Amino acid sequence: MNGDSVDTDLARTWVQAIAAAVDKHKDHLTQLDSAIGDADHGVNMKRGFSAVTTALADYKPDTVGAVLVKTGTTLISSVGGASGPLYGGAFRAMGKALDAPTADTQQFATALAAGLESVQKLGAAAPGDKTMIDAYAPALAAFQQHVGAGADFAAAALAAADAAEEGMRATTPMQARKGRASYLGARSIGHQDPGATSTALIFRALAEVVATR
Amino acid sequence: MKKLINAPEAVLDEALAGIAAAHPELKVDAENKVIARADGTRTGKVALISGGGSGHEPLHGGFVGLGMLDAACPGEVFTSPVPGQMLSAAQAVNGGAGVLFIVKNYTGDVLNFQMAAELAAEEGITVETVLVDDDVAVQDSTWTAGRRGTGATVFVEKIAGALAEKGADLAGVAEMGKRVNAASRSFAVALTSCTTPASGKPGFDLPEDEMEVGVGIHGEPGRAREKLRPAKEIVATALDAILADQPLAAGDETIVLVNGLGGTPLIELYVVFNEVAAALADKGIVIARNLVGNYVTSLDMAGVSITVCKADADMLSLWDAPVNTPALRWGA
Repeated sequence: MNGDSVDTDLARTWVQAIAAAVDKHKDHLTQLDSAIGDADHGVNMKRGFSAVTTALADYKPDTVGAVLVKTGTTLISSVGGASGPLYGGAFRAMGKALDAPTADTQQFATALAAGLESVQKLGAAAPGDKTMIDAYAPALAAFQQHVGAGADFAAAALAAADAAEEGMRATTPMQARKGRASYLGARSIGHQDPGATSTALIFRALAEVVATR
Repeated sequence: MKKLINAPEAVLDEALAGIAAAHPELKVDAENKVIARADGTRTGKVALISGGGSGHEPLHGGFVGLGMLDAACPGEVFTSPVPGQMLSAAQAVNGGAGVLFIVKNYTGDVLNFQMAAELAAEEGITVETVLVDDDVAVQDSTWTAGRRGTGATVFVEKIAGALAEKGADLAGVAEMGKRVNAASRSFAVALTSCTTPASGKPGFDLPEDEMEVGVGIHGEPGRAREKLRPAKEIVATALDAILADQPLAAGDETIVLVNGLGGTPLIELYVVFNEVAAALADKGIVIARNLVGNYVTSLDMAGVSITVCKADADMLSLWDAPVNTPALRWGA
């Protein structure tokens, strides 16, 4: 594996790192969700990624995409709520775009874009609606921009993680227009979106595993 | 948290085992988490399936049986079930005449049932969906996820279930479900938050002298917080919202549900029903049928929801048809 590509091992390590991050932050996710949702985001994400860890343990994938499709399928069948189809669909879409043993930065950018498209199509949310898209869209844009400027994988992933976190923080003053928080109307203002927060964890996990390989 | 449980993560499995033990007329598939009628679906009968997060009991498992649902898919507490559950349910209860999914309008429920419908179609099972969105506390606009599905779910399950039992086809049963939903409006008020076993603490803090107006059926806060007022005024607020959205004329017949959210005693629900009956009588609106009790709960939340369905003769006749489920039973 050269320093500028993702192989099946790295994809697996990424997903395992997400699982570890979700486990570490589950109470925080639930706490954010209790302010504007129904207090189950941490629990659901932990259940889903624990199932993913188990599903990937003995899995021998041929392609990077296979790891991600397996991840997505497992999330759909174990998370529940809106997060299951949204994250599950995103990982499946990413996986379907990476039908090869390794993926370079350009191909990975394409896959990330396919993941975002899946989320937008399913959830019908747009930037500014106070959802995971508010972290995902800037992360993708940063990744694409760095790849376009010739940055290596680690630099692009780091920029994506930073952008995701900035996007996550930017959800605090927004009024929710999708999902359960939308029922709060103006009272959703002042709370950071739990979905944007878990999305930021996913991009931070990518940056960390790529940086430490 | 003070609850009669063993461990938070075991609540759903153990409750399902309890349902199986208490109701031999039901068949509980513990692995796929599906509650179905033990005697299966009659060949040629449209099968009704509903589901959603657990914690709303008796919804939906308590409404499985003759004249209502063929199967229910309970998710984790307040979390929608997953598509595999609904697919298992559809495969288990399809009587060859197709399957009707009855889905409450919550983002998670909608997305998971949508995926399940696609999976079922791939298996050759015809699926129609009725989306229940009766809660007038929520603006039905592009600025929210749309109205929530709450108390009217019971009306849809009962009336469409009765029509399916009579042998109507899938399109007809779905159309009736949509008609009942379109004729129904709900509004809820919470006096306390509820506590999910997983989080262990109340979903929101509500001072002793305040209430949350316009809540859905979860721990999520409502649209406004106000000082607690007498039942008569709370009912007036709820009925004003309902009738502003669905005007009713003198002589109109209705089915009314006064529903406890889990932590309110029946005596208070009857106080509320008394106010509802008086207020509607003042306007000449007829309560042709009613239910008072805990039908769509939110764990241990104190509070009440009021649902009014403007019922036509078909709906009333189907309402009166025999039903035999753990939580609703007459004429059978």
